[in-house]
Amino acid sequence: MSKFKKKGSKEAPPISTASLPDIVFMLLFFFMIATVIRDTSILVDQEMPKATEIQKLQRRSFVSNIYIGRPIKEMRSKYGDEPQIQLNDSYKSLKDISDYIANEREPLTEAQIPLMTVSLKVDKKVKMGIVTEVKQELRKANSLKINYAATEDVNP
Amino acid sequence: MRKTRKPPQQINAGSMADIAFLLLIFFLVTTQMNADSGLLRKLPPLNTDAEPPKFPERNVFVVLVNANDQLMVENQHMDVSELRAATREFILPACNDPDQPVCMDTTLYVPGAGPKQVTLTKHLVSLQNDNNTSYDMYLRVQNELIAAYNELRNELAEEWYGKAFDKLTDDQAAPIKVVYPQNISEAEPKQAGGPQ
Repeated sequence: MSKFKKKGSKEAPPISTASLPDIVFMLLFFFMIATVIRDTSILVDQEMPKATEIQKLQRRSFVSNIYIGRPIKEMRSKYGDEPQIQLNDSYKSLKDISDYIANEREPLTEAQIPLMTVSLKVDKKVKMGIVTEVKQELRKANSLKINYAATEDVNP
Repeated sequence: MRKTRKPPQQINAGSMADIAFLLLIFFLVTTQMNADSGLLRKLPPLNTDAEPPKFPERNVFVVLVNANDQLMVENQHMDVSELRAATREFILPACNDPDQPVCMDTTLYVPGAGPKQVTLTKHLVSLQNDNNTSYDMYLRVQNELIAAYNELRNELAEEWYGKAFDKLTDDQAAPIKVVYPQNISEAEPKQAGGPQ
C-alpha cells in the first residue's frame, strides 16, 4: 500500500491566467501615459510640410490649433475647393479667430497667457495669402507665439 | 463545540482581464500618439504708430520668394539648397567687407568661461513672400534661415561649453543669443503674381 496515492485524473492543470490582468493593465497604463485624447476631427486636408529644424511642442494644454487646408472629400460638394480655416470642429472665417483666441485664453491664468502657443497646421499646398491673413489676425488678437506645424525631414 | 473556520472566499478574478482589455481598447481608439512638432516662431506685435527702424542696406539680407516659388536672395536668383550657406556667410561677422553688416566689438560674460571678446553685427534677415507663394516653399525657406542660425549657435556652444545649443541652460544660452540673435523680419506680402 503506497503512502502517496495519486489523486484525481492525470490531466495537466489549466494554465493560470491570473497574471493576464496585470499584463493588460501595464499596457493600458502605457497607452494612457504615452498618448493624448483626440480632440477634434479634422475637416481639411492635412499634408504637413517637412522641415529639419523642428522642435517638439511642450505643454499641450497651452497649445491651440488652427487648421488650414482644402476641405476633405466629403465636404467639398458643400464648401468648394478653396482652402478653409478650421477652428475646433467647424469651418470658420478670419473674423472668428479673435473670438477663438479669447475662448482659448479663458481657462488660463494671467501668468499662463504668454505661454499660449497657436499651432498653425497648414497643408503644404495652401498659398501664403490665407496664412498671412491668419497671422495678421493673430497679431491683432495679440497671440504672438506661433508654431508652423511640420514633420521631421529624415533625409533632407 | 468548536466551529471549523472557513478560509475566506476567493474572489474570481477571471473577468478582470476582460475589463482591462475593454479599457485598453477604449484608450487605443480615442487617443493619438504623435506629439505636435514644428517651427516655433514669434510674431511681431501689431504696432501701427511706430516707424519701422531704418537699417542701412549693407545690414539687410533680402530674401524674396515669388508666386512661382522662385527664390531671390540679395538680387540674385538662388536655389533653396544654397540658402543656408548664404545666410550663414551673411550672419558671420566680416567687418571689412562693404557688403556685409557693420560690426561692433563687445565683451560678454560667459558663465563658466569668464568674459569673452566677441564681434556682434547689426544684421537683419528680411523675408518677403508673395500671396501666391506655396506654404511648402515658405516653410522650406524659413527652415533654411533657422537652420543657418542653429548651425552657428551650435558651433559657438561647442566652442564655449562643449555641448550642443539645445542642451544648454538658459543662463548659458543667453550670451550665444546675443551674438547670434534671430533677426528674421517678415515684410507684408505683396500681390505681385496678380490675382488668382
